[in-house]
Amino acid sequence: MTSNLWRPSATIEALRHRAALLAEIRQFFTVRKVLETEVPVLSRRATSDPHIDSIPTQCGGDNAYLASSPEFGLKRLLAAGFGDCYYLGKAFRQGEAGSRHNPEFTMLEWYRCGWDDRRLMDEVADLLSEVLEIQQVQLLSYRELFQRELQLDPHNASDSDLHRCVEQEMDLAFSPADRSECLDLLMSHRLEPTMGEGITLLYDFPADQAALAKVLPDESGTPVARRFEAYVGGLELANGYWELTDSAEQLRRFQADHAYRQKHGLNLYPYEERLVEALRAGMPECAGVALGVDRLLMLAGGYKTIEEVIAFPIERA
Amino acid sequence: MANYSTNEFKGGLKVMLDGDPCSIVENEFVKPGKGQAFNRVKLRNLKTGRVWERTFRSGESLEGADVMDREMEYLYNDGEFFHFMEPETFEQHQASTDAVGDASKWLKEQDICTVTLYNGSPLAVTPPNHVILEITDTDPGLRGDTAQGGTKPATLATGAVVKVPLFLEIGETIKVDTRTGEYLGRAKED
Repeated sequence: MTSNLWRPSATIEALRHRAALLAEIRQFFTVRKVLETEVPVLSRRATSDPHIDSIPTQCGGDNAYLASSPEFGLKRLLAAGFGDCYYLGKAFRQGEAGSRHNPEFTMLEWYRCGWDDRRLMDEVADLLSEVLEIQQVQLLSYRELFQRELQLDPHNASDSDLHRCVEQEMDLAFSPADRSECLDLLMSHRLEPTMGEGITLLYDFPADQAALAKVLPDESGTPVARRFEAYVGGLELANGYWELTDSAEQLRRFQADHAYRQKHGLNLYPYEERLVEALRAGMPECAGVALGVDRLLMLAGGYKTIEEVIAFPIERA
Repeated sequence: MANYSTNEFKGGLKVMLDGDPCSIVENEFVKPGKGQAFNRVKLRNLKTGRVWERTFRSGESLEGADVMDREMEYLYNDGEFFHFMEPETFEQHQASTDAVGDASKWLKEQDICTVTLYNGSPLAVTPPNHVILEITDTDPGLRGDTAQGGTKPATLATGAVVKVPLFLEIGETIKVDTRTGEYLGRAKED
């Protein structure tokens, strides 16, 4: 039997659409005077995020890692005083493959100096409504979504209430380990499909899902992560933060991630201590967001799977 | 048996879940933003035929199930068991009424069926997609009424009841799709 795996899985129309989309994104940032930059895709440091796995490799006899996002490089540029900047290129994540994931994918990430998460949410909505020609934008807090759909306060509900809710809503082959896993399950299985066709900007995440966002009290006094995600048609497109600028807190989070990884038997790679140094030197107050370009193209062209918009997905790569 | 991790779950893979052999129908990788990765998996329980939807943590694994499909000739029913034979080795297997299930109404001696073996014993039987069977009972035929397209029930030699056109009579042989129970046409004489 002859194999067809040499052939691209995307059509020429999809690739033309991709080229036009990349040009449109670059035009969007040219007009807004945000500088396009390149940062290393091959790095000596890995991500610390417990739920993201870097792909290890070798370079000149040393360990190296394919970047899971351009975040650390861009933040070091910011700390060096280079101002608003973006990266449009490849990022790599071990084991993420499915109808909406490919281990090698195209990411857009940008930073705005002096902005907070709320102001950046508006710019994300501008970009999405321009590209997707959607006018309808919904702002929704993480708490509002859980209360609307599940009558549950995600920040203050008891552990047993969260576990009970997960049990009612889905069949699991395991018991959730903690609150965070319960919330992730409810989000991916139950809540994403309820978000509708317009643009949804979901903000104020639980404090223990802060990643590299500031944690501040909301209007009710609950500490929340100043983090947001953008969804269209239940598809998650972007993840943004009002960025942490405190070097001591940054170091503490890296160490906490490291400890979590150790405890759960996950890969232990060197974290980016040069980011901690950059923050110590002084990174400007800023907000940043990363956006999945392949998924944006899926939505813009009405494609159902990521293979339709990537010429050579992993099984053909 | 080997263990299979969620990233090896492909349609048709046979695994053990809750003590029953299952066949993977569908596997979707889901990962919320910065959160934990999961696999939403649809599995068909091969004992009951029911489809389960289960969520796994990505990277978890299940034990493979010792399940295989074999082409076998149906021999006879002794009142308790249905007997099948592997055409090449002449090895015989007896399947319980439970294992044969709904397939029994299509089983004609000497037809080749798919018998699913679990730990070496028949777990399920799939009849051929198309069978040719004689009509043993139906209302009298109505001549000249072929254009109207009406149907009537007809009982076949194996006990199955299918809807057939009005002009067919007892003693005629017809071709039926066992997946839908649909009449396909008169069987051609050899």
